[in-house]
Amino acid sequence: MLKSRKSEVLAAIVLAGPFVALYAWMFIYPTIQMVHLSFQNAPLIGEGTWAGLKNYTKLLSDRTFKTAVWNTAYFVLLTVVPGTAVALAIALMVSRLNGWFQSIILAMFFVPYVLPVTVVYILWDWMVNVQFGVLQPVIALFTGKPVNVWRTIPWFMPGVAIVTIWWTNGFSILLFLAGIRNIPKEIYEAALLDGASRTQVFWRVTWPLLWPVTVLCLTIQLILQLKIFDQVYLFSMGGRTQVTMVMVQYIFEQGFQRNNGGYAATIAVALFVIVVAVSVLQLQAARLRRGT
Amino acid sequence: MTETSPASRAYIAGRRGHFDAGAVLLTILTVICACLWFFPIYWALVTSFRPEDETVKSMSVLPLQPTLDGYLYMIRNSNLAIWYVNSTIVSVSVTALVVLLSACCGYAISQLRFPGRTALWWMILASFMIPVPALIVNHFVIIAGVGLVNTHLGIILPMLIAPVTAIIYKQFFDSVPKEFREAAVIDGANEFQLLFRIFLPMNWGITTALAIITFIGAWNAFLWPFLAAQDERMMTVTVGITSVQDAFGVYYAKLLAGAVLAGFPVTAAYLLFQRRVTQAITLSAGIKG
Repeated sequence: MLKSRKSEVLAAIVLAGPFVALYAWMFIYPTIQMVHLSFQNAPLIGEGTWAGLKNYTKLLSDRTFKTAVWNTAYFVLLTVVPGTAVALAIALMVSRLNGWFQSIILAMFFVPYVLPVTVVYILWDWMVNVQFGVLQPVIALFTGKPVNVWRTIPWFMPGVAIVTIWWTNGFSILLFLAGIRNIPKEIYEAALLDGASRTQVFWRVTWPLLWPVTVLCLTIQLILQLKIFDQVYLFSMGGRTQVTMVMVQYIFEQGFQRNNGGYAATIAVALFVIVVAVSVLQLQAARLRRGT
Repeated sequence: MTETSPASRAYIAGRRGHFDAGAVLLTILTVICACLWFFPIYWALVTSFRPEDETVKSMSVLPLQPTLDGYLYMIRNSNLAIWYVNSTIVSVSVTALVVLLSACCGYAISQLRFPGRTALWWMILASFMIPVPALIVNHFVIIAGVGLVNTHLGIILPMLIAPVTAIIYKQFFDSVPKEFREAAVIDGANEFQLLFRIFLPMNWGITTALAIITFIGAWNAFLWPFLAAQDERMMTVTVGITSVQDAFGVYYAKLLAGAVLAGFPVTAAYLLFQRRVTQAITLSAGIKG
């Protein structure tokens, strides 16, 4: 008995060891280092000096940081709930279909999700190109003239949000489809036998039963979109990035373009705190819901 | 697909006659929405096969003079081939390592009793919360510290953090009946034989699913490869195709040809393994498929 235990521990060290080592090196260590660096006045690479809370006081009065927080929040607002609603609508439409027809339609909705962000960027940059974009006639219907979407501040975030919904929605669509599939068929039959209409079936049966999946989609999207960088960075390349700045982009700018490693780490700590707080709140909320 | 009792089927069929128009309209609406949703990809494909002067002159549904010029230009005049090699090396390594490391770790947590097991499990669960993009500065400091900036290994290392994969493996190994393990142990199998001859083969489907989704994720990764590869010859396709834009100005047929080539492997992976991708995604969100 004792001998087998010892060999079990040995096997565990060999099997879990590499994962744990990598995890410590690439996850725990940088997290601790990030906090440490945030108290320093340091370049990206090289020795820094202790700065105490100076970076944090600077953060509180930094206008660009406020812009970045606001833009991130605005982006979350524009993507999370609208995106989830669109995904639900698409999933409901797709779930009615059968066989190969369903597979094709689902693939048409899902394919954008597997594309690299830079491909998505090139695609949409072309779609709304101010001179030759195929969408410009559509935009002109509303504004009367072509709009340079990525260079017009009020259009920028909504534009990126629409592209993001188009790009990332496949994930939520699949979750909703799985949720719809898990609803027992008998419930629908009973509702139909009782003479319920299509809209009644949706509001009284489908929607309440899909609520847990909806919450799941919303929280996954929320945490994902707080970390927005790629699309905003790409679409704002060459433009006035200070105005459209989001949090991760500000970490990038301070750390890699201005060589302020210490201050970049401070911004990273702020993002870290926000994401962890949101995650903890969400877990607590989930626990409360399960409790009742 | 739907199985219903005869009585209700007759009833629903009766109602269907009544509702047919609505159902047909909904299906038509679905098809229209799907076509609109897919349109940007269609438009990219069409544009990539046009001659450059046609892209700015015509919005025809199909290229008027279809040509491969855009593709040929990209292959001959940019680093696309090198980026492809880089992307392949990075994505395949990340996929193999993530799957192997996670399977081993998941197995240890699921099947072995060792001190620190519970702590390790909670740590992996908690790491869900940590926003990886917040770590870019310190990842760069670490990778630069060991002299790996602008190397494949430097791009790969920070991309190996995959708590979700380990969690999914652990859950699948948990559900393997105890009898398999007991029988094999009596036959004198050691832990490695157990993992590689019994537990992994029994869960082959999930390994495929996780490998495909990891590959797609690694191929598409932007932020870290963008920071770690500063030399154009070390870039992955995903990062590289935007640097083409800086060099060419507005040449959309070429740009989109590059985009089509960059998106091709992941789209093919999805289309070939649709069911597995779906399975991996629902599992990663915590829904048992």
